[in-house]
Amino acid sequence: MAELNINERQAGDVTVLDMSGKITIGEGSVALRTAIRRLLEEGKKRILLNLAGVGYIDSSGIGELVSSYTAIGKDGGQLKLLNLTQKLQDLLTITKLLTVFDVYESEAEALNSFK
Amino acid sequence: MTETTELSLPSRIDTVAAAAAAVAEFVGRSGISDDAAFGIDMAVREAVTNAVLHGNRQDEDKTVDISLKSLPDAVEISVHDQGPGFNPEEVPDPTAQENILKTSGRGIFFMRSFMDEVDWSIRPGGGTTVRMLKRR
Repeated sequence: MAELNINERQAGDVTVLDMSGKITIGEGSVALRTAIRRLLEEGKKRILLNLAGVGYIDSSGIGELVSSYTAIGKDGGQLKLLNLTQKLQDLLTITKLLTVFDVYESEAEALNSFK
Repeated sequence: MTETTELSLPSRIDTVAAAAAAVAEFVGRSGISDDAAFGIDMAVREAVTNAVLHGNRQDEDKTVDISLKSLPDAVEISVHDQGPGFNPEEVPDPTAQENILKTSGRGIFFMRSFMDEVDWSIRPGGGTTVRMLKRR
């Protein structure tokens, strides 16, 4: 089984990536990077990462989230985060990244925020 | 009683997961709490990542050597690489405003956040050892 599974779906003009597994150095980080690059190439710039199933992330994975956020922003798009696990929320808090990312607990609220 | 385990692994990215699995197994036998085990796992992955990428620069002729000790009041983990070493005090603070959006540089911060003691030393004969301690 892949380290990180990513399922893509469309909710209006927002692309939701339902992710489960680990975003760690190597396969997990690369899978996230590849998915985001592909969406940007397809012109999909409003992206919601549903991280409910991501129980583990390391500094490489956090770097990849930052890299995705920056790349999408430079392309005139928006990246938002949905359903952080407590561990991920703790990591984003200590790295002060919780102040950078737009984070939601409700998918409806997250989707509305793109409008 | 002190239990010690030594591992010697190749300088490859997949060594990070292999080391984490071995440490998890060792920690599981040490009777340490789940929260502490999570912190140890995070710190070990970051230490081994640094050893593979920055210390040994993924040179497969060089190994990453890991020593695990279960002490009466703590678990001590040392990760040794064969790199030239660095000054940890010169590593920028990733939580400083100008560094928050950097895509790397959080590994040492995580090691220090999750362990009770972290220090670095240059070994006679070359290489760098990071020693990390987590109290029970």
